[in-house]
Amino acid sequence: MRTKNIITNIKAIYTMLLCCIAFLGQAQIEKASVLIKNGTVITITDGDKENTDVLIRDGKIQSIGKGLKAPNGAKVIDADGMFVMPGIIDAHSHIGIDAVNEATNVISPEVATGDAINPFAMTLYRALAGGVTISHAMHGSANAIGGQCETIKHRFGTMDPEEMKMEGAPRTIKFALGENPMRVHGEGRNIAPRTRMGIEQLFRSSFAEAQNYTQLWNEYNSGKTKTPPAYDLRLETLADIMAGEILIHCHSYRADEILMLMNVLEDYGVKNITFQHCNEGFKVAPELAAFGAHASVFSDWWAYKFEVYYSTAYNAAILMKNGVVTSINSDDRQLIRHLYHEAAKSQRYGDLSDNDALKLITINPAIQLGIEKRVGSIETGKDGDIVVFKNHPLSIYAVPQYTIVDGIVRFDINEQPDDMRIDIDPKEAMPSFYEDVHDHDKCLQDVQDFLLHKHSHQH
Amino acid sequence: MRIIITSFAFFVVGLLSAQQVEKPVNGSFLLDNATLVTVTNGTMTGDLLIQDGRIAEIEESISPDPETTVIDCQGKFVYPGFIDGNTHLGLGEIGAVSLTQDYNELGSFIPHMQALTAVNPSSVNIPVTRVEGVTTALAVPTGGRFPGTAALINLHGYTPEQMSAGFKAVIMNFPSSGKRGRWDRRSEEDIKKDAEKATKEIDDIWEKAKLYHTIDSTSQAQGKKRIDYNPQMDALMPVFRGEASLIINVNKKNDILNAIKWVETNKIKAIFMSVAEGWRVADEIAKAGIPCIVGPIMRYPSRDSDRYDAPYKNPGILSKAGVKVCIGTNETENVRNLPYNAGFAATYGMGTEEALKAVTINAAEIFGLGKELGSLEKGKIANLFVSDGDPFETKTNILQLFINGWNIPLESRHTLLYNEFLKRDPGLSK
Repeated sequence: MRTKNIITNIKAIYTMLLCCIAFLGQAQIEKASVLIKNGTVITITDGDKENTDVLIRDGKIQSIGKGLKAPNGAKVIDADGMFVMPGIIDAHSHIGIDAVNEATNVISPEVATGDAINPFAMTLYRALAGGVTISHAMHGSANAIGGQCETIKHRFGTMDPEEMKMEGAPRTIKFALGENPMRVHGEGRNIAPRTRMGIEQLFRSSFAEAQNYTQLWNEYNSGKTKTPPAYDLRLETLADIMAGEILIHCHSYRADEILMLMNVLEDYGVKNITFQHCNEGFKVAPELAAFGAHASVFSDWWAYKFEVYYSTAYNAAILMKNGVVTSINSDDRQLIRHLYHEAAKSQRYGDLSDNDALKLITINPAIQLGIEKRVGSIETGKDGDIVVFKNHPLSIYAVPQYTIVDGIVRFDINEQPDDMRIDIDPKEAMPSFYEDVHDHDKCLQDVQDFLLHKHSHQH
Repeated sequence: MRIIITSFAFFVVGLLSAQQVEKPVNGSFLLDNATLVTVTNGTMTGDLLIQDGRIAEIEESISPDPETTVIDCQGKFVYPGFIDGNTHLGLGEIGAVSLTQDYNELGSFIPHMQALTAVNPSSVNIPVTRVEGVTTALAVPTGGRFPGTAALINLHGYTPEQMSAGFKAVIMNFPSSGKRGRWDRRSEEDIKKDAEKATKEIDDIWEKAKLYHTIDSTSQAQGKKRIDYNPQMDALMPVFRGEASLIINVNKKNDILNAIKWVETNKIKAIFMSVAEGWRVADEIAKAGIPCIVGPIMRYPSRDSDRYDAPYKNPGILSKAGVKVCIGTNETENVRNLPYNAGFAATYGMGTEEALKAVTINAAEIFGLGKELGSLEKGKIANLFVSDGDPFETKTNILQLFINGWNIPLESRHTLLYNEFLKRDPGLSK
């Protein structure tokens, strides 16, 4: 859009150089081949297929059928009597990153969790043990417009943070409504927003500013003005959101604030949004469906703060039955270990069919992250991300046996030592024991010490 | 005219509220032709009669009198109500609103704080919990070293007394040498010092208790009425004298071993609670004969080096070593997940039968109520539910619920919101 001037040309050359360096420096993503024989294949998009093989070749699903032959050197998994389903996807998580909240500013779209990836986090490994192959490493909910998030593949074992990123996944950003930004900034720092009124105006003024910024660049690029506007990464990011290049994932609870943001987005022509948590989404399910907004919810979390007091565990079922693309997420290093069980609760709370319940943790979160053409179902050509279960994944007796990412078996239940440290110094004491059973890997992580005094649930 | 309108309005309001709030019903009920999972006497097909709040009869066939409501249970299962050994149920309403939390009083040595006093019978959490088959829960105070006295409550009643299930116990948080959480920035040395200080605090309390016991028993023997007021020590005396159980919250391996030593030295009747690293010292706990309230089962592993499923396996390992195990979710609003905690325990080594005992008869026996609760037996309190399958499975539905013989409507905030909003009316309109 700015090709007609020297500065932009220099910028383009510089970018090209950067890309070259990045390309040279980019480690090859490790991929492998594996044949999973004779399982009940839960494809999600094409029904269940009994006694069926799935062949993954060089990281991609090559074929689904009977009597398939393993290529030379490929691992073979006997899944007789087991269930083979797509790798589980968590659309809301904070594992595998060392920083969550840049809580110093109400508007911080210039920061990105992709700059804080920790490939060594044990949380990643434990998520794999629960069959989760992809998670959405989100910025926290301290700020109304938070940071950019990263969709990561659980390639646990690689040491390069860049390799954890799912190549080609669309950019995403965190927004937040309600109590968290109100508490952190309004109560904690005595600056707006202290109310839901303040939050609305923050979005309106931000979008208006970004619109203005885009217009200034357009005027400059078309030669109307002679001096370029000052480059501003914050406004660049906002402009990219408005251009539809970044998917919004908005922390939200109450029905009124959900309606508010849809109204704002409509006024500024922004379409792509997933409401995260969305505890009162069930109250405005028809409006969400009409807007085309998605919802990513908890299976049953509620009452940990006032704005989730009027919740129902039937939320996911109501949203699904009203035509809203819905996922169930963890937002928690503990819960991410059994998302299959969290999805199963939608059968107690709302009688979802097996396939609909499993959509909540496969194809639907994939749609919400814009990666549904790559993952979320077992189809030829898709990524070789698979989890093999003993017992049906929606049964309480389900146990993940193998978790496969890009054709590589990253979790095998038969190879789990009691002490999971890789290199043990004989003189080294046991790693620290943590008493606290409640998790702090949450939406307000990093804010706790910064502003808050309590250690209660803060999702 | 006005009078008529007003009374009509009252009539309408009365009708509406009657529609909205179903009341529990008392009386005589026959669960006809059911699969009775008695827990203590196997599983049988037969009839179960509920009368005067108790299980009046269990037979292959019972002929009901005309007063009895017959509930056809063909193809359905009857289970004893589940018991959660560690909750804040009734004591906490909204997590982040501190003035709605009544489980953590200020002070360290306050065993006289009574959880039962602060149980709110109208807590929205209670119906949400019971409609999932959990009929009984231990309401536990937390905080300091001796944060108060826990109370076992049945999840129906309009006063705390009506809810009381007849068991209370002083809680003790055993000095911990572990980190409190990720935010705990103390050095290992500081943690050790803090633990030593806490141990000394307990020893001091026990010294004083010894003295108090001497004074108290002497004055009792002499028939004198003491004039001092020491509610802390009065609350502790039954524990000190070995007459009542002390529930000791303890998690880390070395702390558990120290707690066993302390219990044996002071000849205390103890129940361990939480017990995250019980699996590391299961034989020692079994040898000491101390029952355990284990959980939450879905907790995150306590150490980075632990196998991913160590917490899932914990209750099974303890149980196989010979420890009497029940389960505690340590939850407030989601105590309803107790069946799934038990399900995970079952899946990871405990087996369905033992896990079922853990949330029924074991809990009852640990709380000294083995003759009143925890199984389907003639004469026991009618705390039970009817389901269409294995209650550990999420696909299963709870169809009938009885607490103290009251037939409880299967209604909660969550079901009411579902009914109202599944097909919202008016729907979409601009």
